[in-house]
Amino acid sequence: MLDTLARTTMLTAAHLLTGVRGIAASPLPDRPCVFYGNHVSHGDFALIWAVLPPAMRARTRPVAGADYWEKGPLRRYVGRKVVRAVLIEREREKRSEDPIAQMSSVIAGGEGLIIFPEGTRNQTDEILLPFKSGLYHLGKAHRDLPLVPAWIDNLHRVLPKGELIPIPLLCTVHFGAAITVGEGEDKDAFLARARDALLAQRPAHIVEAS
Amino acid sequence: MSTTLRLFLGIFAVLGFASSVALILRRTVARGQPHAVIDNLIARINAWWVMVALVALAFVFGKGGVIVLFALLSLLALREFVTLTYTRRSDHLALALAFYLVLPMQYALIWIEWYGMYSIFIPVYGFLFLPIISALRADTTRFLGRIAAVQWALMLAVFCLSHVPALVTLQIPGFEGREILLIAFLVIVVQSSDVLQYIWGKLFGKHKVAPALSPSKTWEGLVGGVLSSTLLGASLWWITPFTPLQAAGIAFSINLMGFFGGLVMSAIKRDHGVKDWGHLIAGHGGVLDRLDSVLFSAPVFFHIVRYGFTP
Repeated sequence: MLDTLARTTMLTAAHLLTGVRGIAASPLPDRPCVFYGNHVSHGDFALIWAVLPPAMRARTRPVAGADYWEKGPLRRYVGRKVVRAVLIEREREKRSEDPIAQMSSVIAGGEGLIIFPEGTRNQTDEILLPFKSGLYHLGKAHRDLPLVPAWIDNLHRVLPKGELIPIPLLCTVHFGAAITVGEGEDKDAFLARARDALLAQRPAHIVEAS
Repeated sequence: MSTTLRLFLGIFAVLGFASSVALILRRTVARGQPHAVIDNLIARINAWWVMVALVALAFVFGKGGVIVLFALLSLLALREFVTLTYTRRSDHLALALAFYLVLPMQYALIWIEWYGMYSIFIPVYGFLFLPIISALRADTTRFLGRIAAVQWALMLAVFCLSHVPALVTLQIPGFEGREILLIAFLVIVVQSSDVLQYIWGKLFGKHKVAPALSPSKTWEGLVGGVLSSTLLGASLWWITPFTPLQAAGIAFSINLMGFFGGLVMSAIKRDHGVKDWGHLIAGHGGVLDRLDSVLFSAPVFFHIVRYGFTP
């Protein structure tokens, strides 16, 4: 009850602040899939969530860093109950569980994921950081799992790094066609292809201006 | 029956007529099949019902109602404008102030009817102080373009638009208690000019006025639309403190301002490679797509009335 209320509040706030719209170049898969997006803010997954059809949203869980979401009781509550995040340990030495195994078990349980393959929030002037290999290992373990690129546009301007007050700006989430790891495709080739597929979703007027 | 009530009944009658025509077109021309022009027409008319209902609701609450309505429209318009322009992280504080301080302050100044301050607050103080705040962050990349974009956003979306509710603060001898009808006159004349230009353009449009800026603006639409909405303005003299001839002259001026406003806003959209400012109003685009002509005509109309009709 409280969890649902908190979730609705979060999604409503995302809609009111950013007027977010989802734009799908091709229809979204009608089964659980992995949305992979660019990561500029803690609110990224909320925007993807906000534009997913409710039935799909209920079966799609964001993958997030345990170091962030385990800090303090409020974050722990939001991360576990409201967002139902799949919390993974980012630092290899501290790991007690294999992140790929964690994600795989969610997929095996019939749910989808939202992941940010850059591994961390992009606070540089680069458009998109190099991808970590998790997306490849996940795709290799589930060959028929649709991996859907989701470019989140403009959210970095709503609340840039180091700022406290979010400003209302219009955001969009651009979904591309799903990809899968090809037969015999090696890690670097796949990650480059996945990254290009995500970059291809950037709206044209933004590409021209920069 | 009060003038305001008669006016709104008239508007609802016009919308009812428009909806009937659109439904007949869907039956006869589109035959129930998807049809781009007719579907867009119906979406536009439906949006008009909502917009007129919102304005009617604001009118019920009088001065406070219209100030709140236009402050919210300013917020939406400012969001659309800033979204499209180039700003950097260093502008964040200036933008936060624009949204959370300058905008509410402008409407508060109108609420307390401090004309001397609300007419210079953004053009002078916003103009001077917001660039200072951006400059303190010592990021010079495309600096002039960035501060100019913030100032333009505030001038259009807040300063110009706030002159619509400011009309209710004008004290015109013999017109006391009916000031809100000046808003009705401005909005009806300018918006009907847009609609009539669209209709004349669709029916007779051949020669484009500014093909590089806007493919839909034609000379036939411009002349037919402006003249017919000027006539409409003259026929609405009974809701204003103007004579029929004055009403026609004023309607003509604000129609021209509205047309050129649309042209300027199209140029900005073209420059940024987009067709619409946003997607809030189905069939129309964003709030700025609907308000572009009002933005340019509101301050001019305000000053005509203030200097011509108040002591």
